[in-house]
Amino acid sequence: MSNSTLQFKKVSFRYESKNNDINPSIIESLSFTIHSSEFVSILGPSGSGKTTLFKLITGLEQPSSGDILLNGKYMKNRLGCVGYMPQKDLLLPWRTILQNASLPLELRGVKKKVAYQQVIELLEEFGLKGLEDELPSVLSGGMKQRVSFLRSILSGANLLLLDEPFSSLDAITRLSMQEWLLNLWEKRKTTVLFITHDVDEALFLSDRIFVLSETPVRHLKEVPIPLRRPRGINDLHLPEIIKLKEDLLNQLRQKVRL
Amino acid sequence: MSKLRDLYAPSLLIVIGLIIWELIARAIGMSFILPSPIEISRKLWELKGILFFGHLPATLGVILTGLSLSIILGVGLAIWMNTSKIAEKTFYPIIISSQTIPIIALAPIFVLWFGYSIWSKVAVTLLITFFPITVSTFDGLKSSSKEMRDLLLTMGASKKEIFLKLQVPSALPYFYSGLKVAVTLSVIGAAIGEWLGAQAGLGYFSRRMMTQFDGAGVFAPIVLLSAIGIVLFLLVALLEKFTLKWRKTI
Repeated sequence: MSNSTLQFKKVSFRYESKNNDINPSIIESLSFTIHSSEFVSILGPSGSGKTTLFKLITGLEQPSSGDILLNGKYMKNRLGCVGYMPQKDLLLPWRTILQNASLPLELRGVKKKVAYQQVIELLEEFGLKGLEDELPSVLSGGMKQRVSFLRSILSGANLLLLDEPFSSLDAITRLSMQEWLLNLWEKRKTTVLFITHDVDEALFLSDRIFVLSETPVRHLKEVPIPLRRPRGINDLHLPEIIKLKEDLLNQLRQKVRL
Repeated sequence: MSKLRDLYAPSLLIVIGLIIWELIARAIGMSFILPSPIEISRKLWELKGILFFGHLPATLGVILTGLSLSIILGVGLAIWMNTSKIAEKTFYPIIISSQTIPIIALAPIFVLWFGYSIWSKVAVTLLITFFPITVSTFDGLKSSSKEMRDLLLTMGASKKEIFLKLQVPSALPYFYSGLKVAVTLSVIGAAIGEWLGAQAGLGYFSRRMMTQFDGAGVFAPIVLLSAIGIVLFLLVALLEKFTLKWRKTI
């Protein structure tokens, strides 16, 4: 059994209300474990508590009860310990690509020169060579997301939390970004927690899928993906995967209220 | 140079306006009521020594002192309101409602307080420019997105780092907008101050000419006042262009 990178132990969460009335809980006594070097997707329709989950993991919110463990240790202050890539690229428009990507290093107190050197070494692998002095506004959507991903990797954390990173891209760019991400991940073997509402994306990328299927969230339904790596996009047409996809879609559809 | 071409239309309009003005002024023929543009320019030339080296520096001194104080106090207060919720709740409504006070009506009181010294004029300029600078800077500091803030927090940024690396750069464009409004208002503020009590300055000179029924003499310093406003505005615009290079590409 490999080491756990992220562990939830009976975590409950509700937003604190300003009045005396009690807000409904969003997460109730939830436990799950993510092992090191795993690629796990969390799949759920919008409004299913995905945002709350990532806020808890990154440390922007604290659980009402229960413990969140990072690398086997209980961490109260998790800010700065998880590499987070948001849905929108959220690049600072006044910073160049180089300055944007080196932001987490800068915040950790790394010297500018050293930080820039570290970024420049990675630019080629991320398909951003020669763009270091450009501003984000001249980049395409896919490029911006690559900068954003590079930035999250440079946080140095061994857990990356990717929050629907490709949802704003067109279908073709999304596909090549998924292949690119998978390729990069297979080389680096960082633990990835990938939040998405796209079933194909989850099937293609993950070792396991956690399905968010109830509110409040009491447990995550675990679905292992029976595909070996390295994978190609054609693997999604295997009969067992198509069957799995139908099951997943049916589960999700029951939860969507129109 | 498409920029130069953009100036054709307004220049043409101004020239036409000046010609019509000239014609009407000549038709009326009472220069103490309506001096013609040619008379005004002749006057400006005649008085160039005293206007440029006596009264212009005096007015410019008032404007720049008032503006600098306004920027220091306004930005300071904006930062304070940004860091403290109590300060925001206390000052923000007061700043807004202070705008309903007719500052022109207050100006004579400043003369009582500060006498004919530069400070009565600076006080008017300060009061009139304080509002746009404070409010725009404050709104600018608040404008940074919550998502970016969260992202920086997940990278382990401290409050100070979020302020310096996120809020200040986001506030700069707002600050410049406020400053552009403020520089034009500062000219008005200084002129009002000088009208009511001064021993030098373009506003003071204009008023003195009024008592002498010298129409062209009233207008000549006003031309200079508006020139100051335009030059200051262009300077701010230039500064904005150089410090906010990233905005051009948006």
